[in-house]
Amino acid sequence: MAYLDHAATTPMLDEALEAYVATAREVGNASSLHASGRRARRRVEESRERVAAALGARPSEVIFTGGGTESDNLAVKGIFWACRAADAGRRRVISSAVEHHAVLDAVEWLDRHEGAEVGWLPVDGAGRLHPDALRAELAEHGDRAALVTAMWANNEVGTVQRIGELAAVAAEYGVPFHTDAIQAVGQVPVDFAASGVAALTVTGHKLGGPVGVGALLLGRDVPAVPLLHGGGQERDVRSGTLDAAGIVAFAVAVEAAVKGQQEYAAGLAALRDDLVGRVRQAVPEVVFNGDPTDRLPGNAHFSFPGCEGDALLLLLDAQGIACSTGSACSAGVAQPSHVLLAMGADDDRARSSLRFSLGHTSTTEDIDALIAALPGAVERARRAAAPRTPR
Amino acid sequence: MRVLAAMSGGVDSAVAAARAVQAGHDVTGVHLALARNPQTYRTGARGCCTLEDSRDARRAADVLGIPFYVWDMADRFHADVVDDFVAEYAAGRTPNPCLRCNEKIKFAAVLDRAVALGFDAVVTGHHARLGPDGLLRRSVDAAKDQSYVLAVLTREQLDRSIFPLGDSTKAQVRQEAAERGLAVADKPDSHDICFIADGDTRGFLAGRLGETPGDVVDATTGAVVGQHAGAYAYTVGQRRGLHLDRPAPDGRPRYVLSITPKTNTVTVGPAEALEVSTVRATRPVWTGGPRPDGPIECEVQLRAHGVVVPAAVTVAGDTLHADLRHPVRGVAAGQAIVAYRPDPAGDIVLGSATITD
Repeated sequence: MAYLDHAATTPMLDEALEAYVATAREVGNASSLHASGRRARRRVEESRERVAAALGARPSEVIFTGGGTESDNLAVKGIFWACRAADAGRRRVISSAVEHHAVLDAVEWLDRHEGAEVGWLPVDGAGRLHPDALRAELAEHGDRAALVTAMWANNEVGTVQRIGELAAVAAEYGVPFHTDAIQAVGQVPVDFAASGVAALTVTGHKLGGPVGVGALLLGRDVPAVPLLHGGGQERDVRSGTLDAAGIVAFAVAVEAAVKGQQEYAAGLAALRDDLVGRVRQAVPEVVFNGDPTDRLPGNAHFSFPGCEGDALLLLLDAQGIACSTGSACSAGVAQPSHVLLAMGADDDRARSSLRFSLGHTSTTEDIDALIAALPGAVERARRAAAPRTPR
Repeated sequence: MRVLAAMSGGVDSAVAAARAVQAGHDVTGVHLALARNPQTYRTGARGCCTLEDSRDARRAADVLGIPFYVWDMADRFHADVVDDFVAEYAAGRTPNPCLRCNEKIKFAAVLDRAVALGFDAVVTGHHARLGPDGLLRRSVDAAKDQSYVLAVLTREQLDRSIFPLGDSTKAQVRQEAAERGLAVADKPDSHDICFIADGDTRGFLAGRLGETPGDVVDATTGAVVGQHAGAYAYTVGQRRGLHLDRPAPDGRPRYVLSITPKTNTVTVGPAEALEVSTVRATRPVWTGGPRPDGPIECEVQLRAHGVVVPAAVTVAGDTLHADLRHPVRGVAAGQAIVAYRPDPAGDIVLGSATITD
């Protein structure tokens, strides 16, 4: 089997799994006062320091959560609510058209249910956001803006944004800036303080940690209204008993991913470039999507003209190759990717796309298997999509 | 063989897929998303097109250990089945959408895509027998037999179809589902029309065709005996819901005899006026052997779960003609006439056509 879907989830690192199991064997609620509680709290706080150090944040800026979707929702809704509470005139949320649904749907929910207004920032044909577009938006609406949210790197097409420049523009207008860095951490350098963002989402299972644990890095001076109320853990912003085992494993994975990032990214990019070159050779009419240079090293994203992505996925799956159409599902029905549509692709091209994403277990053999299966799959998918004479 | 199992989320298609796996086929499960907005279709266990049904189908596929995908057929279904259903009623006919769905979606759009993707056949949970002789026969479970809605399939379509349930009763299918650990074993049967959420066909049609008031006319006297809100809402043979102003002179119940869209008239009359001895039909399909040159003696069924009568059937060009050996009431244009040859191993479907009058 060739697993080419690391952007969906990637296998846990051995050291993270071992740390998880070791901690999970220990009893202790980090909020308890006795020895077991103190031991659990020590593990959690050490992990907080490790995550902070790896990502250029202060330990007090690390809010542990149940993963990326929760962190995104906490940032988008929490910061919006806090801004609006401080100044009822600030209810505009500025976002990009290519966000993950964890941000996109949270923003749309605020629009529909909380009286937010939304400014959508366009992207270019490579999926890039332009600081000038944000500047123009803020010049016009900056006094009403509660939040800017834009992802560090796109989960579908892999385009990496100039987050530092965008955050600097937001800072000029005094508007808090959140970034979803879920795909970025471990693949490109990510430094919370240096980037100038107010809030940053990171999750465990995209970088070798467990599913169901992540963090929101939240500046000390950035108020956020909690989504979850209860015991007041995590600066009162995120109540709930801390998942010590998950947090320890998450911290181990973040530390390892960041430490080895440069070397890892270089190796991954070389493998990815090999994949891209061989796919182009095997299917010459393929369209390579996203920014050719400013992109995640593990991401390769293509449109296959004349094919439907879900037909290709079925055919490759039958040959033991795991990849993704990269787009959202409603009831399992493939929708054309909003990311590609925002990049100016038409419906057909958006539906004809597949994402291959590499990770720490990827090998040349995975690519060999893909290239062996791909031309036949493309030919079949094309036949399946061809219009037929009506009966 | 590489086969595609159409999985509705119900017990029949789950067991059909399981039997295909057991028979040694390489099986892939597919759920057809037919609703443009799944919330508008029947909810819960009654339908076959809801999100819950999709999850039930996926769960069954997981239990069987087969790949599972959802295919979006909503646009095709809407154009070929729902719009067709409305247009047929508007034209004064009584369509059978399940039959249409088999003809245009399951054994056409889905089968074509499956073949193009390298599958050899489509497996469904229909209750009908289709053996190595290529003949389509009634299910052993007469009450659940679905050969009527499959009779529209051509030889090419049948050659790429597998119906693993034909030799089992529904009770046996449920029992087997339970033994296989399929959670849908107790799921209620789907019935009625999947795309009419509340079962109110008249309301559904009124929402699309609008109210078009017109006269209800007595066939015997020619007198206007009532008003209707749209002739399309009536079916030949219908007795209830006519809201007639006055009783017939002889005091006997009256039935819908015919619907005339051109004049927006519904004609009513006594039961015996419903009796039909000849049936004409169009677009014949003949799969039970070579197409006959002259009239052949057989049995015909004129609607789903309807009575079966002996008849002499003649197929010529694009028409089919049946002389019924005794008269039948309530024959509606738009329904299928299906010809069967009685057989101890299951009555054989000879052919079918769409009733014109």
